[in-house]
Amino acid sequence: MAVTAVSTAGARKPPPRLRKLEDERWLAAVLLAPTAVLLGLFIAYPFFEGVMLSLSSAKVGDPGQFVGLANFAKLWDDNIFWTSVWNTFWYTGVTTVFKLGLGLWLAMLLNRHFKGKAIVRAFILLPFIIPTVLSTFAWKWMFDPTFSVINWSLFKLGLIHMRINWLGDPSLAMDSIMVVNIWRGVPFFAISLLAGLQTISPELNEAAAIDGARPWARFWYVTWPLLLPVTMVVMLFSVIQTFADFQLVYVMTGGGPANATHLFATYAYQIGIVSGLLSQGAAVSLAMFPFLFVIVVVQLLYIRRVETR
Amino acid sequence: MVNTKRRSVIKLAGSAAAVASTGMAGILASGRTPAYAQQKAVHWLRWVDFVPASDTLLRKELLPRAEKELGMKITLETVNGNDLQPRATAAIQSGTGPDLIQAFNTNAYIYANSVVDLTDIAEDMSKREGGIYKYCRSLCSDGKMFMSMPWAVPGAMISYRKSWFEEVGFNAFPKTWQELHDAAKKLKAKGRPIGQTLGHTFGDAPTFTYPYMWSWGGKEVEADGKTVAINSKETIESVKFMTQLWKDGCDEGALAWDDTNNNRAFLSGTISATLNGASIYIESSRKPDTYQTEKGTPLFKDILHSPLPAGPAGQFGMHLMQSDMLMKYSKNQAASKEFLKWIHDEKNYGEWFNSQKGYSTPCTAMWEKNPLWDKDPVMAPFKVAARLGQAPGFAGLPNQKAAEALSKYIITDMYAKAVQGMAAEESVKWAEGELKKIYSV
Repeated sequence: MAVTAVSTAGARKPPPRLRKLEDERWLAAVLLAPTAVLLGLFIAYPFFEGVMLSLSSAKVGDPGQFVGLANFAKLWDDNIFWTSVWNTFWYTGVTTVFKLGLGLWLAMLLNRHFKGKAIVRAFILLPFIIPTVLSTFAWKWMFDPTFSVINWSLFKLGLIHMRINWLGDPSLAMDSIMVVNIWRGVPFFAISLLAGLQTISPELNEAAAIDGARPWARFWYVTWPLLLPVTMVVMLFSVIQTFADFQLVYVMTGGGPANATHLFATYAYQIGIVSGLLSQGAAVSLAMFPFLFVIVVVQLLYIRRVETR
Repeated sequence: MVNTKRRSVIKLAGSAAAVASTGMAGILASGRTPAYAQQKAVHWLRWVDFVPASDTLLRKELLPRAEKELGMKITLETVNGNDLQPRATAAIQSGTGPDLIQAFNTNAYIYANSVVDLTDIAEDMSKREGGIYKYCRSLCSDGKMFMSMPWAVPGAMISYRKSWFEEVGFNAFPKTWQELHDAAKKLKAKGRPIGQTLGHTFGDAPTFTYPYMWSWGGKEVEADGKTVAINSKETIESVKFMTQLWKDGCDEGALAWDDTNNNRAFLSGTISATLNGASIYIESSRKPDTYQTEKGTPLFKDILHSPLPAGPAGQFGMHLMQSDMLMKYSKNQAASKEFLKWIHDEKNYGEWFNSQKGYSTPCTAMWEKNPLWDKDPVMAPFKVAARLGQAPGFAGLPNQKAAEALSKYIITDMYAKAVQGMAAEESVKWAEGELKKIYSV
C-alpha cells in the first residue's frame, strides 16, 4: 500500500540543485574547469611567457625591452644552433627507427607462449622505469674515457688495442647517446606494441598460414596493417619525447664535445640558464615548435588515414 | 547574581586582560601581529671543494663557531662547480634562494644587476691585509662597485710526474711549448700522454686555453675593449700547434673530460702531466698508501708543479678566481655582511687557508708571508698565483662581455674544433664570428 501511495502521490519534483547537476552543459563546464586551469597555469602561461621572453632582450636580472624577432635573427646566423637542429633530427630519426624495429621484434617474441613469460615482460620494462638520470650515469661510466668497462672488455678480448673515445669523438659521442636512448626506449615500444599485437586475433594468422603464406608475408600483410594504428600512436609519443630530450644528453655529454651533441633543449639550457641570456635561450627552445608542429600534424593525419581505412 | 563590587569586576577584568594578553587570545585582543625576534639566517652556496678537508672544516668547526659568535643560523650548501651558474640564474629570476652565492672568474659581471655592493667590506679587507691583487680586483669590481667579495684563487699549475719526464730527458718541466711537444711525443709513445681537457668545464679548460693563446700573442679584443682581434696570424699559429701537440702527445679522450677526469687519470697513472689545481698532489699526499707509482713508491713523492710553458709572446697564467656574491633579493643582507666580515677575519680565514694546504691563494698580499708556503717546496709555485694571473677579456677589461665569452667556451671550442679536424683558419674565423656577436652589441 505504501508503494502505491508513493507512485500515485504524483512524481515529486526533484529539488532544484539536482536539476542543475543534470544540466549537461553546466556539468561539463564544471568538470572541465580543473583541467583547464591546470593546462592554463602550467602549459599555456609558460608558453606565452616563453614567447614574450624570446621577443625581448631579457638577461638574468634584467627584464630587457621588446626587440621583436632579433633573437631569432641571431639564431639564424648561429651555426651551433643549426648544428643542434641537425643533431636533433638525426638523433630522433635514427633512434625512432631502431626503437621501432627492435621494439617490434621484442613484442613479437614476447607474444609467444613460454615459461616465465610474465616475469620477462615485467623485467623488460626496467630500462624505461629506472629514472633516466640514474641509468644515464651508469652508461656514462661505461663510456668513461679512462675507465670504460666496454673498452676494458674489448681490450681483454683482444679486439681493440687503443681506447675507443666514446664520449670525446664527436660522431662516437652521438652514437653513444643514441645507444642509450634506444636502450631506454625499446621497452616502451615493446610493451605498447605487445598490447597491440594481442588485439590481433590469432585466427587471422592461422588462416593466412593455412593458405600458404610464409612468415614474412604473414607479418607484412596481416600483422603489420592491423598494428599500424597502435604503431603510429606510439611513434608519435616517442618522437615528441625524443625531439625534446634533455636529461640524457645533459648527463652524458653536456652537449659536447665542442657542441657536437647539442639538441634544442640542451643548447637552450646552455645559453639561457648557464650563460644567463634568457631571451636567446627562450628563442632556441621556441624554435623547436614549428618543426615539432609539422611532424605531429603529419603523423596525426597519417593516423587518421590509417584508422579510416 | 551575587553582590559584585565594581572594584572586583574591574580587577577581574584586569586579570582577565592580563591573561588574555598572552597566547592567541592576547594576539587577537591587542589587534596587532606579534613581534618575534626573527632569527638571523644566512644561506651560503659554494662549490664542492676539491680539497674535501676544507668543506669538513667549514661544516664541523668554522660555521658552528660563527653561529655561536654571531647568533645566526648558517646553512652551507655545496654543489658541483658547473651548477653554480644555473643556480644563480634560477634564484635571481625567481627572486628567492641562497643569500651568498659563490662566483667563478668573471661570473659576477653576468649578475651585476642582481647583487649588493660590497665595496665597504672589500676595501676594509684590502686596507688591513696589504691590498687586493689587481687580478682579483678586476674580476670582482668594475671600478664603480664591488660585485662580489674576493675569496681565493685556486692556482692552476702543471702537475707532472718527475720520474717520467726524467726518463725522456727532461730534468725540469719543459720551458717552452716546443720542448713540451718533444717531451709529450716521447711520453705518449710510452703510453703516458699529457692529459688536457678541451671540454666545457669551468676550471681546467679555460685556465689552459686562455694563457696558451696569450703566450702565442693571440687575444680576444684590443685594448679599446671593442675591436675583436682574435683572427690574427698569432692565434692561427697557436691553433695549428695545438692540433699537432694534441695528436702527438695528448690523451685524445680528454675532449670529453670535465674538471674531475684529469685528477682521476693522473692518480691512476694513465697520464704524465696535466694542468690542474694542487688537488692531485694534495690528495695523493693525504693517502700515500692508496696512490702509488708503478714501482710501489708513494705517488706524491713523484709529483712536482710547474707554471705553463712559455710561447713566443711570453708566459701567462689564468687562475680560477672565487668570490662570493650577496644577492639583492636576499632578506638577510645585514646578517650576510656580518658573516662575510667574520669569515674574512684573519684568524677565521687563516684556519680555512691552512686546511687548503696551499691549494688556494688568498686575494691579498699579506698572505704571501704566511709560513704555510715554506712548509712544502712542492707547493711553492702556487704562492704567487693570484699576483701573476691575467684575466679573460684581454686586452680589454674582464667585463660582462668577457664573462659571456668565457661562459660560452668560445676560446676553448676554437681549439677543440681544430683538434677534431677543422682547419685552423676556419676555427679561428668561427671564434671571431662568435666574439663579434658578443662585442658588437
